[in-house]
Amino acid sequence: MDARRAVAFEFDRVTVVRAGRRVLDEVTASIPAAGITVVSGPSGAGKTTLLRLCNRLEVPDAGKVSYRGQPLDELDPLTLRRRVGMVFQRPTPFPGTLADNLAVAHPDASTAELSTALTRVALDPGLLGQEARTLSGGELQRMCLARTLVTGPETLLLDEPTSALDAQPKQVFETTARDLAAQGITIIWVTHDDAQAGRVADRIYHLSGGHLSGTPTEARS
Amino acid sequence: MNTTISWLGLAVSLLLVAVAAGISWWQRLGLQRQILIAAARALAQLLLVGAALTLVISPGRSIWWSWLWVAAMLGYAATVARRRAPEVPNLLGLALASFGAAAVVTLGVLFGLHVFPLTGRTLVPIAGMMVGNSMTATVLAARRLTDELRDKRDEVEARLALGQPSRQAAAPYVRAALRAAMTPQIETTKATGLVFLPGAMTGLILAGAAPLQAVLVQAVVMFLVLAATATTTVVIALGLIRRLFTPDHRLMYLPAPADH
Repeated sequence: MDARRAVAFEFDRVTVVRAGRRVLDEVTASIPAAGITVVSGPSGAGKTTLLRLCNRLEVPDAGKVSYRGQPLDELDPLTLRRRVGMVFQRPTPFPGTLADNLAVAHPDASTAELSTALTRVALDPGLLGQEARTLSGGELQRMCLARTLVTGPETLLLDEPTSALDAQPKQVFETTARDLAAQGITIIWVTHDDAQAGRVADRIYHLSGGHLSGTPTEARS
Repeated sequence: MNTTISWLGLAVSLLLVAVAAGISWWQRLGLQRQILIAAARALAQLLLVGAALTLVISPGRSIWWSWLWVAAMLGYAATVARRRAPEVPNLLGLALASFGAAAVVTLGVLFGLHVFPLTGRTLVPIAGMMVGNSMTATVLAARRLTDELRDKRDEVEARLALGQPSRQAAAPYVRAALRAAMTPQIETTKATGLVFLPGAMTGLILAGAAPLQAVLVQAVVMFLVLAATATTTVVIALGLIRRLFTPDHRLMYLPAPADH
């Protein structure tokens, strides 16, 4: 019971101002550690900014973000980012093979560890020696997920990871994410696709005009 | 034999400027005015510098005047670098630091190890060639690195998100910028003597020096420029990384050049 109640991120009157616009306006919320939390909302609502605050790619102009009870500005950002991994909206392959890409996250990882990471995201370990840029969009995005998993994160931040994918690779990605959540990884998933939110979320927050709706919808029992 | 040019000789050489202006007129390029202004300005600047140099490096004058001249050159070069790459934040201080570092390294080797005797007559031109030739590479490195980090922001942030420190996350783009900035100088060095006769050597031969002596001086100058290019570009790139990332390893907002 305690694990289900545990809080991953706590936002305390968090405000972000960019070019004179309040992208997030005094957002206060608790994001539970268990399962998949979806943050939905229209484009420009501040969803990506909210996510980027969680691994300190951005910092708030006012207010405080805490992770598992500790304020983020008291945590070492490099350690935090390995505990809280992120997959971006567009795949971001680095030059080289899949093995080269995965090794960026963990240069000392063995081939067995790299193969396991690919297996966890439903990619064939036989692809390790293949050039990353030859993969399809869906495969590339799952490779980026595998690359993040190599750091052994407790939490995953997914920033509209399937927005550029067709239905079939989108479904594979969703299934993979649900499997990872079932393995105990906290997932915060940003999307503007309500149907997807309904499919993957344990709970849904709505973000609009820099404001987060008060009580999350519990989407799944 | 020493070759000297009389004022009349200089005046006759203006015929060459007239040739350039004439071609512009004939082909309707509309550049005649620009050509004449450029030639007049260059001549005026050179005469001024010549007069100043005569004062600074005349026998018996303290070497400190020459050092002052070098310092002014470094400062001026830094302002030119900033003007040429306005999209690079805080370039003035960094360019000054990079030219300063290159001056310490190159002048340290050439004068500290007595390749040349330390006099105003050697210090001022050597420092001038060092700064003048590394300027383009410095601006190129600064612009390229800023462009890379801005255009590949997704990739850089993906590296940061994997827990890489900013310096490590920026390393591939630093390498790309340094290679781009240093390669033209390496190519020039390779082609020296085959494709073109470089300035210092040509000048010495025209002034009557023995060709072998001119070649030795030119070789030293080429090595000087190589070292200066490498030093200025690496200092500017590493310095920029410190400015473009925050201490907590976030990439700062980099406006596109058009935003200026």
